[in-house]
Amino acid sequence: MNIKGTVIKYGDNVDTDVIIPARYLNTSDEKELAAHCMEDLDRTFVTRVRPGDIMVAGTNFGCGSSREHAPLAIKTSGIACVAAKSFARIFYRNAINIGLPIIECDTDAIDEGDTLEIDFDKGELHNLTKNTTAKFAPFPPFLQDIIKAGGLLKSIGGGK
Amino acid sequence: MGMTMTQKILAAHCGEKHVEAGQIILADVDLVLGNDITTPVAINEFNKAGCTGVYDQNKVVFVMDHFTPNKDIKAAEQCKQMRDFAREKGFAHHCFDVGEVGVEHALLPERGMVIPGDLVIGADSHTCTYGALSAFSTGVGSTDMAAAMATGKVWLKVPSAIKFNLTGKLNKHVYGKDVILHILGMIGVDGALYKSMEFAGEGVSALSMSDRLCIANMAIECGAKNGIFPVDEKTLEYVYARTKRTPVVYKADPDAVYERVIDIDLSAVRQTVAFPHLPENARTFDEIPDIPIDQVVIGSCTNGRLEDLIIAADILRGKKVAKGVRCIVIPATQKIYLEAMEMGLLKDFVEAGCAVSTPTCGPCLGGHMGVLAKGERCVATTNRNFVGRMGHPESEVYLASPAVAAASAIAGKIAPAE
Repeated sequence: MNIKGTVIKYGDNVDTDVIIPARYLNTSDEKELAAHCMEDLDRTFVTRVRPGDIMVAGTNFGCGSSREHAPLAIKTSGIACVAAKSFARIFYRNAINIGLPIIECDTDAIDEGDTLEIDFDKGELHNLTKNTTAKFAPFPPFLQDIIKAGGLLKSIGGGK
Repeated sequence: MGMTMTQKILAAHCGEKHVEAGQIILADVDLVLGNDITTPVAINEFNKAGCTGVYDQNKVVFVMDHFTPNKDIKAAEQCKQMRDFAREKGFAHHCFDVGEVGVEHALLPERGMVIPGDLVIGADSHTCTYGALSAFSTGVGSTDMAAAMATGKVWLKVPSAIKFNLTGKLNKHVYGKDVILHILGMIGVDGALYKSMEFAGEGVSALSMSDRLCIANMAIECGAKNGIFPVDEKTLEYVYARTKRTPVVYKADPDAVYERVIDIDLSAVRQTVAFPHLPENARTFDEIPDIPIDQVVIGSCTNGRLEDLIIAADILRGKKVAKGVRCIVIPATQKIYLEAMEMGLLKDFVEAGCAVSTPTCGPCLGGHMGVLAKGERCVATTNRNFVGRMGHPESEVYLASPAVAAASAIAGKIAPAE
């Protein structure tokens, strides 16, 4: 799978409270959640995000609460992939489980507005603006199967 | 190569003799937990996937604690959805509602629903609390919860571990909260990312179960998968008083491999406050200037147990909350509420000018019962001080122990217990 998009960049320790503040968690409607995505960190996000944009951040992205509303809000807002130096563990598994593509790689040299092309099969991130390429490790096979199936519940065949 | 305590519990739950860090396993779950924020999403996913029944009606638990008593119509609808689902799937006895509910991570230990050796997952990040009871427990998302409700299994990546070797004893007015804030100050909010925090050493036996529950509760604030304590007499005494189930005792192998060993001398830990907007911004009182405050919250899954209320009441008894400060006290469960009433603690709080609330997570996550206005400052015994956590994005939360919170309420500024 390949995607190409424009970068929206944030820093380290972007927590789930700023991704989707708890005051909006009285609903599980993904469109309502997306309307408030990133609100307490960046009020301009919802007006400037375009389908296919790539969110880039530093370390420990998605720290804090287990709320799956966070990756859901990001995915529904149109973000095609989140690239960060590291992810908080619950956000990491939530993103895989709901089918939001994420990659762990060095993001220091990526700037707001850069155009990136990500090749998930080869594990390569091309920065077309800066003409550089970074490598990232593919997911272990077990997680790739979940992603290929379109999420955890599809991969287990719906349970009993 | 030996296994850590966490690895041993995981191995036993996936039918393997040996597991190694980095390995992905499909583990059997002893208990699946969800609250009124995460469960509606799980129910939607469960239904969308065509699942029909839960794997074991005695192993799924719903706790409606976050926005209850219902703060608005939407919150009421979410709880209604949970109640209906639990009734339909035959586990209404495990759906805790207003009147019997408590903050989930205070409620489950109190009811003996988690014992040593268990593997518990919860769609709530502070599920790691039960490591104090020598169980493997970790927070997951709603889709994980849905899958576990249907199949009784969860995928887990076996974590490596950091060992915290505890020595000495805590000084007066210093508690588990100060220990975990001290550790956060040392290793940071991603200092244990993806890893286990395994507490060991002769200092463990000097820590009360309440202190251990508080420390394990905030392992997630270090990015950890779980935080876990070894079983000792205090653990068994706590568990046997609450359940008839038989604990399974796992111990780390003597040759277990740790990524890092950190020595903590408990007698050197001082009263600590985490400044906005990360729990790692830990400071002791020699570094804290006069900071006036508007609100104090004493409660939550971190510090809403009876022991916490006793600590706060001992400081507030016969004193008055400073004019201009709102002090909100929230016993974490109905049982704690009743015991605090019988001990006269609630009288102490009310006479001091505190508001006492029914159990709820409410203010900790800016839900209700104590939301902050722009520019307001709160000293809270809760676990997170992120931007906007308790209300307006320009409000500030300072994390502290019940002792510091109570002393601050009286002083009208951030103050140590003396």
